[in-house]
Amino acid sequence: MSDTRILHASAAGGSASADDSRFIVREPHHPENGTLLGFWIYLMSDCLIFACLFAVYGVQGRAYAGGPTGAELFDLKLVAVNTAMLLLSSITYGFAMLEAQRARLSGTLVWLVVTGMFGLAFLGLELYEFHHLVEHGAGPWRSAFLSSFFTLVGTHGLHVTFGIVWLVTLLFQLGRHGLIPENRRRLMCLSMFWHFLDVVWIGVFTFVYLMGVLP
Amino acid sequence: MSKDHIMPGHDAAHAEEGGHAPSTFRGYMTGFVLSVILTAIPFWLVMDGVLASSGATALTILVIGAVQMVVHMVYFLHMNSRSEGGWTLLALIFTVIIVAIALAGSLWVMYHLNVNMMPGHLHDMPSM
Repeated sequence: MSDTRILHASAAGGSASADDSRFIVREPHHPENGTLLGFWIYLMSDCLIFACLFAVYGVQGRAYAGGPTGAELFDLKLVAVNTAMLLLSSITYGFAMLEAQRARLSGTLVWLVVTGMFGLAFLGLELYEFHHLVEHGAGPWRSAFLSSFFTLVGTHGLHVTFGIVWLVTLLFQLGRHGLIPENRRRLMCLSMFWHFLDVVWIGVFTFVYLMGVLP
Repeated sequence: MSKDHIMPGHDAAHAEEGGHAPSTFRGYMTGFVLSVILTAIPFWLVMDGVLASSGATALTILVIGAVQMVVHMVYFLHMNSRSEGGWTLLALIFTVIIVAIALAGSLWVMYHLNVNMMPGHLHDMPSM
């Protein structure tokens, strides 16, 4: 910033100063609002955690140890409903962002609540599925396949849980302070987090569930 | 004075959205419709057993999954080469490379480890 000011001052003041500017790279200055970039880098590091868990599942996904296989355990209809919940929550979050852009607080809050409901429905279905598996003796202790399955899907579920905690917190912050710049920034961060979880879920339903039931 | 300083209104709007282009209803709906289609196809392929070979089905749904990830990145995460001066895209490309190495490397190494360490193959080892 100060560099550009000096550059412009000298350019305006002196006639022989044209050469002075050769050391100053004329490019758009760095982002001043670093939070979103920082948050993006956090998401990328989170991506690496998921990559490791996907790799473990890729290696152990067929190590059934004589126990139940993916084809026997996975209920694809349930997974399809679950996927629909997460997809719908993504678009409703988008609507919340659009309302926030138009500076409409109540609309933002309503869409955030709807997003949270879809998130809770997703979590509820996932917990039901886990409970069902454990009840049928297919808990994470049964085989390497099930250990890696519960770790990967459970980690995603934990992320969604914390996303919902964050969303509820944000609802209170928005309710108290309105759409101030700080809250807009938080909305953007949670938006990235939420859509990122959706991207990870694409990997989960493709790689774990759909490919798991293939013979 | 640079352009940004002449237009403080533009600068403020820019900061508010954190360097992202403003989102539009149209953009979100396009992304949503595309991702519904791209979700429905793999579920249909697997649940109805459309393709005879597992390998072909697996490859198809992996490709569709990758396309859907790109759709989400573009329409929901508003990924483009301009946001944050290109740094988000750079970080993403770096991550994708690392993820590809971690995934492909793990699968490759562990597959060969599995094949070569099978009990039945152990007695072949000295002759190798």
